Amino acid sequence: MFYREAGDYKTSYVDDSQTFPIALDRRIYMAAAVLAFLVVPFVMTDYLVNAIMMPFLIFAIAALGLNILTGYCGQVSLGTGGFMAVGAYSTYKLMTAFPDLNIFFIVILSGIITAGVGVLFGLPSLRIKGFYLAVATLAAQFFLVWMFNKVGWFYNYSASGQISAPERTVLGQAVTGANAAPWVSYLFCLVFVFALAWLTRNLTRGRIGRSWMAIRDMDIAAEIIGVNPLRTKLSAFAISSFYIGISGSLFFAVYLGAAEVGEAFGIQKSFLVLFMIIIGGLGSIFGSFAGAAFMVLLPVILKLFFADFIGWPTDLVAHLNFIIVGGLIVFFLIVEPHGLAALWRTIKEKLRLWPFPH
Amino acid sequence: MKLKTLVMAACTTAIVAGPAAADLVFPSLDYRTGPYAANGIPFADGYADYFTLLNQRDGGIGGVEARVLQCETGYNTERGVECYESTKGEGALVYQPLSTGITYQLIPKATADDIPIHSMGYGRTSAANGEVFSHVFNYPANYWQAASGIILDILDRNDGNLEGKKIALVYHNSAYGREPIRTLQELGTQHGFELIELAVDHPGQEQRSQWLQVRRDRPDYVIMWGWGVMNQVAIQEAVNIRYPMDNFYGVWWSGSENDVLPAGEGADGYRSVTFHSVGDDYPIFDDIQEHVVDAGLASGAGDQIGTVLYNRGMYAAMLAAEAARTAQDIHGVAEITPAMMRDGMEALEMTEERMTELGLPGFGPEFSVSCQNHGGPGESAIAEWDYDTQAWSIVTEYRAPDMGVIQPLIDEDSAAYAAENDLPMTRCPAEDEMMMSVEDILAEMRTIGLRLDELADMLEAAQ
Repeated sequence: MFYREAGDYKTSYVDDSQTFPIALDRRIYMAAAVLAFLVVPFVMTDYLVNAIMMPFLIFAIAALGLNILTGYCGQVSLGTGGFMAVGAYSTYKLMTAFPDLNIFFIVILSGIITAGVGVLFGLPSLRIKGFYLAVATLAAQFFLVWMFNKVGWFYNYSASGQISAPERTVLGQAVTGANAAPWVSYLFCLVFVFALAWLTRNLTRGRIGRSWMAIRDMDIAAEIIGVNPLRTKLSAFAISSFYIGISGSLFFAVYLGAAEVGEAFGIQKSFLVLFMIIIGGLGSIFGSFAGAAFMVLLPVILKLFFADFIGWPTDLVAHLNFIIVGGLIVFFLIVEPHGLAALWRTIKEKLRLWPFPH
Repeated sequence: MKLKTLVMAACTTAIVAGPAAADLVFPSLDYRTGPYAANGIPFADGYADYFTLLNQRDGGIGGVEARVLQCETGYNTERGVECYESTKGEGALVYQPLSTGITYQLIPKATADDIPIHSMGYGRTSAANGEVFSHVFNYPANYWQAASGIILDILDRNDGNLEGKKIALVYHNSAYGREPIRTLQELGTQHGFELIELAVDHPGQEQRSQWLQVRRDRPDYVIMWGWGVMNQVAIQEAVNIRYPMDNFYGVWWSGSENDVLPAGEGADGYRSVTFHSVGDDYPIFDDIQEHVVDAGLASGAGDQIGTVLYNRGMYAAMLAAEAARTAQDIHGVAEITPAMMRDGMEALEMTEERMTELGLPGFGPEFSVSCQNHGGPGESAIAEWDYDTQAWSIVTEYRAPDMGVIQPLIDEDSAAYAAENDLPMTRCPAEDEMMMSVEDILAEMRTIGLRLDELADMLEAAQ
């Protein structure tokens, strides 16, 4: 009944290669975008934005980035936290060095800088694979955090080693700093999420995405049929790091406002984003969003429910949180090893046939 | 759109959960889980118990009940921000995050929201400059004054001469641990000692290499800026390399029972700087026993009463309650707002007389806060751990820190913050100005015991 191609005729090549070929799918995504852009900003409160929406949007970008590298190109990375730190510190240096530069461009520039760093650390991927590559990216994680801690130039030699984002505006509205209105920071992040998600969707449908997947599925076979492993792997590292750099930049400048590399971009961030794509689904854009939502929203909802609504002691709720989130991760991995995205795919298959399954 | 439904559900829960009762809300951004829980629990218990005592014994502050909103941060800045956002809507009067990282995060946010922060003995040290930081207070003492206090004690033991000595700083590799470095470097050039910096990464369980370096370099003194599990491990490692304990100093966050007990007898003689007294030999503990513990209202497990960090949490709560009382006096209203609370904090005066009234005679030094100085005098004493009696005791007098070194650093750092954030450097009215500010008039009225409504009556009568 739903999600059927039947009756959805394409009369031109442009129509045939549009982002969402199925009409119903397209309409749902368009409705979601309209809702997110035109309705949600009006109901945004400080709490909703700062505790729920911003972490969700920013981690969705990071998860998209890691999904490109790990999910589509098959290169395992544990350096996400370090690359986010590169984005954050680039943003800080650019913001303080060029006070007049628009924050929008600073975020994109930070992404480009991170892409460069990502390519550098992606070079070992040409020789090593699998777990060995994971260890190499782990080295990137520790090296980058160490460097941002050690070299005073990165934090402008401030006494505490903290970096803090000064106020910057877009179209006259404060985006960073304490005076940013919640709907402004929300929209600013949403623009990036929307653009990057669209870009990912189209990248993964095209030549580049197909060559990534070829390398992922069997790199020797891919090489034989003419996929250049150097260019493919490094492009995956570059684009993935570009995304992660942007998320790190937004995470620091728009969400946190002040950050300290060891705490904000430590190894646990790398694992968090990795869990997001594993739970959400490797090699799926919807999975990146679902995973980010799962990992960001669940602790908050549990806390709201148990601590604020039922009124249990906060330490009990914190422990319970670990148990429930951990348990759910195990549960999902057993029941649906391919993540929430696979669950969604199954639902879609069912919906196509419903209500006549035979 | 499952997500949206979830968000809306969460939103409704938040709205339903927030009762709009008339009370004084004191959020407690505490941590009872994670690697810092051993230190977070006693502080949170002391903070909560003091307000319970006020509610039970006096019926609140100025007749209005105090409500402590607990929110678990796990010493994590992101959860700290979430806690801040979820509690600020309930009329939170003052934030005490007990984490330097979270304090840094909240300084701009809380200032924009017109809610004061009290980072007692932690946070951004230069916030002592009230000219720049309108909503941040770190009285009665800050990190740089702690560093100076430790060096003063070392100077005392060396007849005022540290020429050629080596002092190692073992610090938590975070904003917190890095705070004292500038002051110690400055003091080092002044007194001629060499500073060895040894960073320990979060959470601080692995310190073998740092202590190997201590063993190799043989510093004359070791100063520790640690928190949570890092403290216990450092003291144990120092015992392992047989480092003389009386040459080992901790900041006030590295000097509680939890830190020294695991090392057993070896920790005997370990020293720590402090800005308030230790022990449970104060009349207030009888009241806590009677009104809180016996009534079954003690926070947590109720087994922390009288420990160093419990006392500090209680002291923090006491200062907050006193500031709220001051605010009630200034504005003549019982149900104060966060903005009024800020005025109260800025006009806070702790006298020996008042502390005796509160059942805490001689618990901390006397001090007063002003618009210019949000930091207080910063006097500190040295406490020593005695293994045999299993107790901390104060072994020196309260000494004034070397403000000649600290004040320029405070001015420099706060000026940098003001420049970064485009803030005025002179918020407070100059002292010799003829015009009095509203705050000054209010403070003046408070000292002569005049209320706003009384003043209005007088003005009306005069017309």
